[in-house]
Amino acid sequence: MGDYLLLLLGMGLVTYLPRWAPLHYLSRRSLPEWFVQWLELIPAAILSALLLPALVVDGTPRHIDLMRPELWVALPTFIFAWWTRSLGGTVVVGMLLFWLVGKLGPQLLGLI
Amino acid sequence: MTPTAPATRTTIFKAGLSAGWPICLGYVPIGMAFGVLAQKAGLTPLHIGLMSILVFAGSSQFIAVSMLSAGASAPAIIATTFVVNLRHVLMSSALAVYLRAAHRGLLALFAYGVTDESFAVNLPRLRSGAWRLPQALVVNHSANLTWFVSTVAGGLGGRFIPEGALGIDYALIAMFICLLIYQLRKRIHLLTAMMAGLTAVALALVIPGNSYIVIASVAAATAGVAIHRRWPGGISGDG
Repeated sequence: MGDYLLLLLGMGLVTYLPRWAPLHYLSRRSLPEWFVQWLELIPAAILSALLLPALVVDGTPRHIDLMRPELWVALPTFIFAWWTRSLGGTVVVGMLLFWLVGKLGPQLLGLI
Repeated sequence: MTPTAPATRTTIFKAGLSAGWPICLGYVPIGMAFGVLAQKAGLTPLHIGLMSILVFAGSSQFIAVSMLSAGASAPAIIATTFVVNLRHVLMSSALAVYLRAAHRGLLALFAYGVTDESFAVNLPRLRSGAWRLPQALVVNHSANLTWFVSTVAGGLGGRFIPEGALGIDYALIAMFICLLIYQLRKRIHLLTAMMAGLTAVALALVIPGNSYIVIASVAAATAGVAIHRRWPGGISGDG
């Protein structure tokens, strides 16, 4: 348990510092305009960099697979999110569609 | 004006919870999935709860558990955690722009709950002025509490939930889809997102681990700023 606690403290520290330091230091000074622009683009960039590989990259070694249900369920989920702008609704709809594809997918693929 | 004080507090909680509940809903299945995996890797519910409190970072907790069960050393796990969570520097920097002159103790408390999800919920509201630090704190800490309870619950009873039930594996992806939609305000955001996504896919194919997330995001945002400065009119219209 002692070793495990040390591990957790180490993990906690390296997780907390990147979250805290910019809030502590940057909230007290004004930032150059280009940096503010850059920060404004960062969220869209991060979310897309997290999302797209999760949709089209699979396996070890990694390769592109355009037939993943993750990708095909993402299309209606995108449209739903675009229209409703509802985070909770999108999560529920995405899960439901993914579950349905998991249930019906083998039969659907059999038809092609 | 004493009667307004409790009402204001209630309003803050209501506002925070009505914006934050989708995060909590998304965390329940993911947290329970984490608890199940951690339990299979030999962690007790106490171990799991402590990790969720001390670390509170979904993806690196999943990675840590898989490394633990593969027998990795503590320094290797801590180094991986650091790299995975370095992206929070970018998020906290973006949030700091709208939290000027905020109380430093409260900022330290807020920092603890900065995640991909709470960031994407809080940032647009802080930017529009609809939000201040108290509402953002409610979002972060309700999400944190949900994460803690779900991971422990997963460790306690998750083995009774069948694998893949109700599409729980898709909760995180669906959440990212909607959070990305929120961010696509102008054409430059769409362009940056497309560059980041394609770069991330290309890098994921050639470099191991998940450092491709940070590299692709930094490269795409830098390119986005360069494009924006070069053609400020043409590309910055509404998307």
